[in-house]
Amino acid sequence: MPIVSMTVNGQPVTAEVEGRTLLVQLLREHLKLTGTHEGCDTSQCGCCTVHLDGKGVKSCTVLAAACAGATVTTIEGLAQGDRLHPMQEAFREHHGLQCGFCTPGMIMSAVDMVNRMGNDLDAHTVREQLEGNLCRCTGYHNIVKAIQAGAAAMKGR
Amino acid sequence: MTMYDFAYSRPSSLDDAAAALSAHGEFKLLAGGMSLVPTLKLRLARYAGLLDLGGIAALNGIKRDGDVLVIGAMTPHAVVAASAEVARAIPALASLAGGIGDPLVRNRGTIGGSIAYADPAADYPAGVLGLDATVLTSRRRIAADDFFTGLFETALQRDEIITAVSFPVPRAAAYAKLPQQASRFALVGVFVARTAGGVRVAVTGAGPAVFRWRQAEAALERRFEPAALDGMALAADGLNSDFHGSAEYRAHCACVMAKRAVRAASS
Repeated sequence: MPIVSMTVNGQPVTAEVEGRTLLVQLLREHLKLTGTHEGCDTSQCGCCTVHLDGKGVKSCTVLAAACAGATVTTIEGLAQGDRLHPMQEAFREHHGLQCGFCTPGMIMSAVDMVNRMGNDLDAHTVREQLEGNLCRCTGYHNIVKAIQAGAAAMKGR
Repeated sequence: MTMYDFAYSRPSSLDDAAAALSAHGEFKLLAGGMSLVPTLKLRLARYAGLLDLGGIAALNGIKRDGDVLVIGAMTPHAVVAASAEVARAIPALASLAGGIGDPLVRNRGTIGGSIAYADPAADYPAGVLGLDATVLTSRRRIAADDFFTGLFETALQRDEIITAVSFPVPRAAAYAKLPQQASRFALVGVFVARTAGGVRVAVTGAGPAVFRWRQAEAALERRFEPAALDGMALAADGLNSDFHGSAEYRAHCACVMAKRAVRAASS
């Protein structure tokens, strides 16, 4: 079985996986990083979004073995100690969640969005760019507000 | 969903990948995996092993080479969509890439994977065929007209690897698609291009594989404006028909999308 080594949230990790092991399984089952959620398991809902070498990806559709040597950031890796990441803080401030299941993916996707598109995001752009993340509570209104605020708060970071 | 298990390897050069593919007839190439991994999860396919092309740096990149734009097979959609080089040479291609799936899929999915998989509703096949591109492989060059041969079928040999796609820079081009609302795949997508060899109209999503709409090409050759397609209908015979849209609906939408593409290519 392949043995993979990668950096997850700044820590080096090594795990023995099967060829078919998905990145989300490695994170949740091997590393017990259960903040990354598995929603639809069909690469539609985006709950499992993490950053792979700095880019947002759906970890339910990436093989763990393909991440050898990569740098992975999950929702657990955003905060600095007790200080929430500005995007997490914005979701709290604007109540950008209802049941919270989609929230880790929303936040990881939002940070990816800012990395790609900058800090000044209008609501239309945010909605378009959220194509890959579904909220079954349909709480999009506050999610969009939170992302706009979080994007602005990330300026200069 | 649990996939059947498979061996995994990640060759670091094209030669190693080609050798491994020749040695293991039952292995499949893995590019971004945005279609292949879901297919394996649904157990619609089963392979003894996957050869991941993600470790071959030479397959990734975009370069302008005189009159052609060459995009490496493992170049992600997001990179094509954001590339200044692509925006300068063929903005329609950047726009097409920026409309595939969603941003997270675009970060991972690749042009080579998309055309090798040859999903009948994928966007890239329309761009490749519409622009009269050439598919470069580990052993030859394949004209777009010869590449897409049927439903999920291409001219690729079992042990052949796409290395890049070479796009001649057109005089003008545009892509218009009616996305299926849930998947963002093309219910119908039409790529229109004015190339050195004439006007080309490629339709994806409507049939079992991407195809050229010759009647529209002839009409646009005479007069490159949306009105040239007035009253023209794509034959519904043999088009896809499902709960997202009947064959007749797709035939109608193909004409609407073609007109939109012509308008966009004219502006």
